[in-house]
Amino acid sequence: MTTAWTPDQPIVSIKDVHKSFGPIEVLKGVSLDVRKGEVICIIGPSGSGKSTLLRCINALVPINQGSIKVEGQEVHDPALDKLELRKKVGMVFQSYNLFPHKTALENVMMAPVHVLKRPKEEVEAQARRLIKKVRLEGKEDAYPGELSGGQQQRVAIARSLAMNPDIMLFDEVTAALDPETVKEVLVTIRELAEEGMTCVLVTHEMGFAREIGDHIYFTDRGIIVEHGPPATFFTSASDPRTRAFLSQIL
Amino acid sequence: MSTPASNPILIQPVPAPAQGESGFLASAFTPRALGIALGMVACLALAGEAWAQLTVGGERPGILATLWKWTPLILLGPPREFGGFALNILVSFLAMAIGTVSGLALGLGLISKFAPVRSVSWAITQFFRNSPWLVLLFFVMLLTPFQMRIGGVTIPFPAWFKATIGLALPIMANIAEIVRGAVNSIPTGQWESAESLAFSRLQTLWRIILPQCVKRMIPPWMNWYAILTMATPLISIVGVNDAMTLTQDALASEQRTELLMPMYGMLLLFFFVYCYPIARWTIRLERKYAVRN
Ligand SMILES: Nc1ncnc2c1ncn2[C@@H]1O[C@H](COP(=O)(O)OP(=O)(O)OP(=O)(O)O)[C@@H](O)[C@H]1O
Ligand SMILES: [Mg+2]
Repeated sequence: MTTAWTPDQPIVSIKDVHKSFGPIEVLKGVSLDVRKGEVICIIGPSGSGKSTLLRCINALVPINQGSIKVEGQEVHDPALDKLELRKKVGMVFQSYNLFPHKTALENVMMAPVHVLKRPKEEVEAQARRLIKKVRLEGKEDAYPGELSGGQQQRVAIARSLAMNPDIMLFDEVTAALDPETVKEVLVTIRELAEEGMTCVLVTHEMGFAREIGDHIYFTDRGIIVEHGPPATFFTSASDPRTRAFLSQIL
Repeated sequence: MSTPASNPILIQPVPAPAQGESGFLASAFTPRALGIALGMVACLALAGEAWAQLTVGGERPGILATLWKWTPLILLGPPREFGGFALNILVSFLAMAIGTVSGLALGLGLISKFAPVRSVSWAITQFFRNSPWLVLLFFVMLLTPFQMRIGGVTIPFPAWFKATIGLALPIMANIAEIVRGAVNSIPTGQWESAESLAFSRLQTLWRIILPQCVKRMIPPWMNWYAILTMATPLISIVGVNDAMTLTQDALASEQRTELLMPMYGMLLLFFFVYCYPIARWTIRLERKYAVRN
């Protein structure tokens, strides 16, 4: 497959995406571009389709209409190798979803070893580095059940990073955590963003979005109501729906 | 296989009925003791019978002596032949092994993404889960040839092996259901995160989902093993020298009606002694895994 994508073009390009679950249209024409190294934050009320949008990007969910291109490649082309796409796009979930029968280290190592077929020693060295990076040194041999929510979520981030993805998707990764541990996870994400990782974040942490986001999107009932850089978005949102949402949450 | 009239077994201490029973009943209210009691009651009944025999006295050997005489045959089969209770156990092992492997495959068919595979697997599962085991046994006996030629080699299918296949079929269907249920009980988040890490469906099943299912599957699996073992006497009907057949043979050669209850009682005891620990162990594992989840 030939792709003419160059890093100066959007790494993720979403155009007029529609998605329905049965009779319910969850996404009603969403368009959005992400450039390489950018951090995009998506905010919006519950049920507005934020998770669905993220899931469309790595083809966990098929779309009904529109186009999603990742590095120039159409995601919803039936001929596309979904596994190849998912090697480039990491995803972290609200509920961590670590593999409970594997230790933290094994969780991080599994995909590179079994999916990418990389040599075990090399992967282990990388996995240990990643666990150190998310500040979980000493927890390598702990099972997910023995870790706190924040620790589990950081293992999940390390697990995604072990695939060396080009883009990371974060779906409300701090929503299930208590305020104390939220910070640990946000620190990890901030470091990633500072290193230049392309991130698409769905979050309810407005302060965090404002601090690290390059661009904020506000979704409501399946459409993007308003978007802009954080400085203008948070201070001079024009749409009444955005203002209502922000006043509720801030 | 005739034994002399002297009965060494009767000299061995057997609890006196009255004393043993009252002492035992006092502590027989915990479930475990109740289980042991069941076995003891069988022993006591036998001892009682033997006592009656002794007092009636006479030329014929006592009941316990007769039971003892037949025990080697019923446990291990005729000399230089494999059979008896040992054959029941062998058949149970083999049928369980075959049923487990094929049941795993059938269970994966039940959750296939490919609709025709799913439908066929569903039909097979339902058919074998809802058929009487005895009828299945007859079917397999009649359908499979007694031997088969593959290339130049003739492979014989002895009756006991056909019977094993007959018993493996319903086990397969029930194991398939266990597999399907266990896979469905794993949260969808596990599938999603594996998918997003670029695991293929097969890899996800094999490396992530099934390993998590094993613990949940062990107790019902063991339960089916006990059920299967208790069903193995069915194979006596299709002419296999299992413990049931040999018990009947022994009874036929003795021609004594007072032996009927003790002989079948002994057979029941063999199965009880084998299956009861499995049942206890199953319950223990069930409890252990329930706490962990
Ligand atoms: N697999 C599915 N099948 C049917 N309906 C679905 C499915 N996934 C999501 N939905 C519906 O789509 C709508 C949008 O869901 P989505 O999870 O994308 O919202 P969200 O913006 O992420 O909300 P939240 O902030 O609560 O996570 C909801 O009404 C939800 O019920
Ligand atoms: Mg969501």
